[in-house]
Amino acid sequence: MPVPVRELELDLEAFEGPFDLLLALVLREELDLGEVDVAGVVLAFVERLAERDELDLDACGEFLVLVAALLELKARALLAGGAPDLEDLDPAEAAEELARRLAEYRRIKEAAAWLAERLESGQDRFFRLGPAPLAPRPDLRLLPQDPEALAAALRGLAVEPPAVSLAHLERFPPVEQFLGRFRSLLRRRTRFDFDAEVDGLTRVEQAVAFLALLELRKAGEIALSQAAPFAPIRVQRNDARDAERRDRWDARSA
Amino acid sequence: MGRPLRLVAANPLDRLAHTLEALLVVASQPLTVPELAEAAGEDPERIEMALGLLTERFSEGRSGIVLEKVAGGWAFRASRDAADACGRLFERPVERGLSGAALETLAVIAYLGPCSRPEIARLRGVATDSVVAGLVERGLIAEAGRDQSVGAVRYRVTPLFERIFGLESLSELPRLDELGEDAEAMRERLETIAEKRPA
Repeated sequence: MPVPVRELELDLEAFEGPFDLLLALVLREELDLGEVDVAGVVLAFVERLAERDELDLDACGEFLVLVAALLELKARALLAGGAPDLEDLDPAEAAEELARRLAEYRRIKEAAAWLAERLESGQDRFFRLGPAPLAPRPDLRLLPQDPEALAAALRGLAVEPPAVSLAHLERFPPVEQFLGRFRSLLRRRTRFDFDAEVDGLTRVEQAVAFLALLELRKAGEIALSQAAPFAPIRVQRNDARDAERRDRWDARSA
Repeated sequence: MGRPLRLVAANPLDRLAHTLEALLVVASQPLTVPELAEAAGEDPERIEMALGLLTERFSEGRSGIVLEKVAGGWAFRASRDAADACGRLFERPVERGLSGAALETLAVIAYLGPCSRPEIARLRGVATDSVVAGLVERGLIAEAGRDQSVGAVRYRVTPLFERIFGLESLSELPRLDELGEDAEAMRERLETIAEKRPA
């Protein structure tokens, strides 16, 4: 009595039931093939086969095709990114695609066998192989060279580069110096003229003095005013300005 | 007597045939008719005629050298009678030890090429990186640009492939649909098992 492959009962860790159900579940992606022990399926089949006296070639062939399909699916599932396109298909399409690929692969195997035969039958074909320049090549020659000239060129390159000068850093006076100077000035006077104060200093010193001015303004210690662009900058002590306003208020309200 | 023996090629076609012999013996790869025509300074029709003469002259049983049409051109090879002697003197490094995987990969590239490694892997179901590298090293396949969408390097078979397998051109390969089982039949077999079952 022949036993159809589809009714082969399986008792695996991940699945228990007939083989066709396993296949259906796998194709519907309701069962992770990575969990299925394909060797267990093969063992179950071989055991079933051993129970019977005669070999059912049809069943064996059918089984081989199905197990091959399962193994290919499993290999693809285990190799990440192997065939995402197959996962996007519905079971019927996936089965068709799988069958198409198996058929395609089988043709390739046949083609490989044809090539192998061809190679075998051509064992007695000997011929020359190797590069042979067919067109005359231009003769590339170096002009006569003087080794001394090369040495001289290298010597020129091997000279130690000049040390980097830090002189410009030393010319910058610290900002604190001007902060102190302006503060002491403002203790004595309520206002002063910036341009007059830095007159005679170098350009760099004037720039640092201006930075000090900005620092004082930021701290709220002074107020700055300028009548017009490039006009002299007037510096006024903040508390002095407050006092002045108060005076003015007093004068007007008086 | 005593005079050196001279082979006089009085016939102009015979003279052209001698020139072609010389060109073919110098070349280590098949020469096309246009190449021969250019080198010999003759028009292709006369070259074809001279080649006809030579094919007869250099054929199995008549000569130790055989002229064959291979890999899109013409080349000399040793006669099959001399194969044993040749085998004692020379090796065949290109085709020696080609594995089943290598032949399958070659088949994929020969039939479907140019194609990339991912495409070959998809067909064969296994990674093919080392196989492809080995075939490139043997000179049987070569890079042929890149895949437009993925950017993967594509490969094609080389003239050496045709020569090793004794193919005049790739069109000599048997048709792919004559090989293997029909996809429809296989699909039906799968379906009878899995898909006919009620959900």
